[in-house]
Amino acid sequence: MGRGAREESASKQKDEPCIVVIKDNNALVIHALDEAAERLGLYIGQPLANARAMCPDLKVFDADVVADAKTLSDIADWCDRFTPLVALDPPHGLFLDITGCAHLFGGEAALLQTLVRALGRQGFAVSAAIAGTSVCARTLTRQAAGSIVADGGEAAAIRRFPVSALGAGEAITTGLRRAGLKTIGDVASRSPSEITARFGARFSTLLAHALGQGDAPISPRKPLPDYIVEKRFAEPIATDTMIAMTLSRLADTLIASMEKQGKGARRLEAAFFRTDGVVRAIMVEAGRPVTQSKVIDRLFRERLDALADPLDPGFGFDMVRLSASRTEIVVQEQRDLDAHVHDNDELSALIDRIAARIGGKRVVVHLPEDTHIPECAVMAASAQHRLAAAMQAEWPARTESEPPLRPLRLFDKPEPIKVPFAAVPDGPPHQFTWRRALHAVVRVEGPERIAMEWWRQDGKQLTRDYFRIEDAEGLRFWIFRDGLYEGEVFDGDGEAASPGWYVHGLFA
Amino acid sequence: MSGARMSALATLRGQIERIETAAVVHPHDRVALGHNQADSALKGGLARAAIHEVFCAGSQGTAATGFVMGLAGRVSAQRPLLWIRQDFSEIEAGALSMSGLAELGLDPRRVVMVRAADVESALRSSADALACDALGAVVLELWGETRQFDLVASRKLTLAAQGSGVTGLMLRMAAQPLPSTAETRWMLRAAHSPPGSVWDAWGAPRFDAELLRNRHGPCGRWIMEWNCDECQFSEPSTYSQPLAATPADRQNSTFLRQRRAG
Repeated sequence: MGRGAREESASKQKDEPCIVVIKDNNALVIHALDEAAERLGLYIGQPLANARAMCPDLKVFDADVVADAKTLSDIADWCDRFTPLVALDPPHGLFLDITGCAHLFGGEAALLQTLVRALGRQGFAVSAAIAGTSVCARTLTRQAAGSIVADGGEAAAIRRFPVSALGAGEAITTGLRRAGLKTIGDVASRSPSEITARFGARFSTLLAHALGQGDAPISPRKPLPDYIVEKRFAEPIATDTMIAMTLSRLADTLIASMEKQGKGARRLEAAFFRTDGVVRAIMVEAGRPVTQSKVIDRLFRERLDALADPLDPGFGFDMVRLSASRTEIVVQEQRDLDAHVHDNDELSALIDRIAARIGGKRVVVHLPEDTHIPECAVMAASAQHRLAAAMQAEWPARTESEPPLRPLRLFDKPEPIKVPFAAVPDGPPHQFTWRRALHAVVRVEGPERIAMEWWRQDGKQLTRDYFRIEDAEGLRFWIFRDGLYEGEVFDGDGEAASPGWYVHGLFA
Repeated sequence: MSGARMSALATLRGQIERIETAAVVHPHDRVALGHNQADSALKGGLARAAIHEVFCAGSQGTAATGFVMGLAGRVSAQRPLLWIRQDFSEIEAGALSMSGLAELGLDPRRVVMVRAADVESALRSSADALACDALGAVVLELWGETRQFDLVASRKLTLAAQGSGVTGLMLRMAAQPLPSTAETRWMLRAAHSPPGSVWDAWGAPRFDAELLRNRHGPCGRWIMEWNCDECQFSEPSTYSQPLAATPADRQNSTFLRQRRAG
């Protein structure tokens, strides 16, 4: 059984009427209004010109839909303190699934009161209600904010409300009113087949949910973490030492509860709830399941140290939550006799620490790819995820007693070089200019022709002729001509143009 | 200078040396490079559990990379290698290519690459990595002069390396050598392939390596060649001029010297 709570927010109240307008079909219409404006008889959807005619001294603001959505999402972050299952109901509603959470806050009534008061203090006008289904709770907020409806009492609770409270859309509401069905009770008294035939299946489902017959699941913003531990403070904490101490205590608790089920954490999230409603979440990942609290502690210490915008306690945090969002079963193995396994553990712990500090994408291992195009032959993958695969990878064997055929350093993008002329049309150059320096070619080996993969690209890539080259200073280059001579490269008039030359890599 | 004074000086020097090296570098913690003269200058080979610096001019970056890779291949002995580099050096000198690494006879499976954004995070990561004894070697690749890599930072890395037994290799491209606590300091240039070699035999990595500083031995400058099949350094091979048959009465050592000169 799900208990849904809902709250609505609007801008802070003022004495003079304020409205927010948005452009709709080339006309400015009211998007939102405050209580003072509502008392004057203005309504949402009314054109601004009409509203001005009724009340000349209106305060008018432009709507900012993106900022509204951001605010709603911030409020949802803040609501995470009550339950991990928070869903957005745009444009200005939130669903909280408080099943099994209410007793932590002293019961449903106390929870509702805490939530409404805290949001009210932050300057939001809130109407909230608790009911067995989310649709019923939403209906209640529109007509009877603050009510708590017990299971089975849904139909009786909303019977007297007008049909507009269902929020079914303008067309259906008008249609119902024209059919003489003024209240939800009127609609419920008709047989469902009649309602479905006239207003569609979607509306009859909505009605059934509102009446407590069946429930639609809400879609939470974040996946439910496997394990959550949290600590609340009567006095907000602000110092680094307190934060570190809290985190390590939470880590102990988290590890203890995971240990009972033989689990280890792969991804951990620490959320810091500030007293003024701002929530900051920090995530760390581990290459293999973490089963020790001191490892968690250290990963978070590294991460917090390296934050580009450090944790700002403001007036202090009143709650810290540590959750394991991805866990894995840990296989207990005896490893003291096998030093190699132990080494790998230490290596992945080191990789985790460095990744926590500088980011997981910056620590990589390399995997061979089955292609002969030089820049694609190696794939860099995150070391945290692919370390074991990289250690087992099969690399193409080198030819014995040959000098290296592939350069040690490869440029991401081949760098263009200036070649004055080539003695043989499709031969190597005698000299070339790279990075403003002239290199005289002493030794050449090649060409090694590499054709592009016609089955992948759409024929735009050109065949390359690679040459190994040593210059007068002893530097060894890997250069190529992009395109066959007089075969692939054409200028604007369709005439054969001379292909470009590039440095792709450097040999040791 | 009187004999007593000399001996006092020698005692003092010995004391300083003992303080400096904290009795960690043992003779058996050295890895022979394969190049006889360099090995004898290094008293048997490159010391493990220490910091070694390799400098080069901006254009010689790949030669220095190859040399460092060779050193790392020698000291790490089937253990993982952590290569930490600064983003900027990849733009300037190109990315380390794993295919190229495999062509040198080294194992790309053992390389873990850390792409640090700046010098601070690179230094911090390398201090962390040097303290982890599961690694064979840690390479820190920096481009250009850096204020951050000073004597204190270098001392920190040395202590971490001594504690764990991991070898630290600093690849400093386009930088001037500065005082540091490194065990050895090298200046690298690319060397020509031997003249007149057969048409396809050129191209093996050859380094003109100058040992600028050696805490426990003499310095020197040698042409070193990396042997991709045996994974070790060697004396420069000479395919060059065909030699006359050695006279039977001549000493073998003279013959060797002649060959090297050629």
